[in-house]
Amino acid sequence: MSNLNTGDTSGILITGGRLLDETGERSGDVRVIDGRIAEVGDGLAAQNDDEVIDASACVVSPGFVDLHTHLREPGKEEAETIETGSRAAALGGFTAVVAMPNTDPTQDCVEVVDFVRQQAARAGLCEVLPAAAITVGRNGTQLAPFAELAAIGVRIFTDDGSGVQDPLLMRRAFEYSLGLGITLAQHCEVARLTEGAVMHEGECCSRLGVPGWPSLAEELMVHRDIELVRLTGARAHFLHLSTAGSVELVRRAKADGLPVTAEATPHHISLNDELLAGYDATFKVNPPLRTRADVDAVRAGLADGTIDAIATDHAPHARETKEQPLDQAPPGMLGLETSLGVSIAHLDMPLADIVAALSWKPAAIAGVADRHGRPIQVGEPANLTVFDPDHEWEVVPARLASKSRNTPFVGTPLRGKVRHTIFDGTVVVRDGGATR
Amino acid sequence: MTASLLTVEDLGTSGIQRILDLADHMAEVNRRPNPKVPALRGKTVCNVFFEDSTRTRLSFETAAKRLSADTMTFAVGQSSVNKGESLRDTIETIAAMGVDAFVVRHGSSGAPLLVDGWTTASVINAGDGWHAHPTQALLDAYTIRVALNRTAGFDGLRVAIVGDIKHSRVARSTATALTMLGADVTLVAPRTLLPPVIDLPSTEALDDLIGDIDVLYLLRMQQERMGEALVPSLREYTMRFGLTADRAARLAPHALVMHPGPMNRGVEITVDPAELPGAVITQQVTNGIAVRMAVLFDLLGGERSSMSDEKATT
Repeated sequence: MSNLNTGDTSGILITGGRLLDETGERSGDVRVIDGRIAEVGDGLAAQNDDEVIDASACVVSPGFVDLHTHLREPGKEEAETIETGSRAAALGGFTAVVAMPNTDPTQDCVEVVDFVRQQAARAGLCEVLPAAAITVGRNGTQLAPFAELAAIGVRIFTDDGSGVQDPLLMRRAFEYSLGLGITLAQHCEVARLTEGAVMHEGECCSRLGVPGWPSLAEELMVHRDIELVRLTGARAHFLHLSTAGSVELVRRAKADGLPVTAEATPHHISLNDELLAGYDATFKVNPPLRTRADVDAVRAGLADGTIDAIATDHAPHARETKEQPLDQAPPGMLGLETSLGVSIAHLDMPLADIVAALSWKPAAIAGVADRHGRPIQVGEPANLTVFDPDHEWEVVPARLASKSRNTPFVGTPLRGKVRHTIFDGTVVVRDGGATR
Repeated sequence: MTASLLTVEDLGTSGIQRILDLADHMAEVNRRPNPKVPALRGKTVCNVFFEDSTRTRLSFETAAKRLSADTMTFAVGQSSVNKGESLRDTIETIAAMGVDAFVVRHGSSGAPLLVDGWTTASVINAGDGWHAHPTQALLDAYTIRVALNRTAGFDGLRVAIVGDIKHSRVARSTATALTMLGADVTLVAPRTLLPPVIDLPSTEALDDLIGDIDVLYLLRMQQERMGEALVPSLREYTMRFGLTADRAARLAPHALVMHPGPMNRGVEITVDPAELPGAVITQQVTNGIAVRMAVLFDLLGGERSSMSDEKATT
């Protein structure tokens, strides 16, 4: 541990791993010096102060990038802080996370974005990329200062937590985004169709006697935004797709050559609405867990590339808020520390495609492809994840690094565990434990 | 974990029959000059009502007192819930005082199921959101059983439940219980007032079946739903689904008319039930005491308990 956290120039030697990146797969050792990959090859020997990481039976890949994280700071520090959320991210193999702007105050101006970045730098566990709101205060009425925020490097804009309801305002947002190098990310939900809704509208919600959340509410807005992209030529990213219909709409939009991308969460590829039968708000999430048929359609969307990225929608909530009746508890579930394990366990896809959806594809959408998701080659920034793809495990809530415990995956067998994470040339996770 | 009553499904058909048989004994107690037995002496029943309900609360209170249980009432208006206390803390605090059963009414579907996970006491669901109202279902079944002399079960009994099924815990529980006992239940409502998915036959045409049913069960049509575009107006609702004099005249002579109360006269019913020979709405209320006594005794009565007259054991 002596040479950690000091930023000195001693190296890291990763030995015996399978290297997996955008260029393919091969075996080899990797030497990191001064934040960059200095050497890649077979049989590299440790030098004096090298910190040696044994990666045998493991995959070495570019660090993961999460397009969708709620870090809760500023505003809800009892549920998560930028430090605890960054630690959870590092343990999940992420070297960069996009922080959603539904904070208090909202991330809709330079000051709040700067604050989030400063807190992230202090934690030093991963890069935090603040997304900014599309509208001031996420109120859906006035555009946030896109250009001012783009000038300090904000690349993703979203009112996540709710969708932009006003079609005129959304048209203007797309039009105004042109030329700024930014992407508008939509949480697709027509609010008027989901008032009071707590779970997917279907058989289970009818039996439980709770207001349902129709698939239509999501699909209408996906359709609207696809047509606005067709009209304006602006770029759109669709957050957490959850229905078979949404996946099909995006599939057709891509076939038409429109500049759209999409993500899906680990819980929407693994869990369905029947889990709410016991009224446990752990399983309440927005968009809701859907039917088995929807889960299959989202998996198929990932497999054929319609959905570009796996994004966690990590949404910590304090215990007392999740212990309320279903209609009063807030939606959201943890995801950062279980994302890889759920993905490998539940996706019938080549490992390289899963890693693509966790690393270089989201890196491109987030606008950080210059430093995350890079090939494992000499001279590249050392943001790397070392994981055992075959390790089977179960999540123990009390051992999570997140400040909250609202994981829906208790009792679910997971496959694939992160062993080591190297962020900006520093080992931030070693042997499954955070080093800082 | 002590036994609880959260839904009629939990009881099963044999459990429902057991409660109805027990209710016969309780009805007998209620007909005595001194309608009180020491069956639950020393037991404490706490009514926890997070939603207004005078009639259900009084019915449970009366039932518990006739079995000699001690009762406490926790009504939300005068409680620390208004000071921000969570449901779990409220329940755990009362449980710490020593309670054998919680009778829980809550506006949120599923709340009594959560409560059941937080206490070792019995939990009786006295109505939760749109979800369930098992004691209402049991008293409805008991009322039909007595009025139509159907002790063996409801095979072939034709029941129409009319009105706002979607938002009704009564409809969910009563339709389920009557179906479990063998009845053929049809839901009568416009599509706007049905849950998204239903597993029973349904129709919008009350007039097509009103002459062929044994039980007409009317639900309360709530004025406060008028803002949700579910029906154009109460007047139109009455025209399509209300029990008018014309429809009452088409009912079979033996057919029962039931309503869980409180009634919206002039909306779901425009005739005076006092003038309908088949109306058993008052009997539903009376039977509610016996059925709730049966439920309390079934859950809390041990070997020491006795159904005999108070004087005989003291």
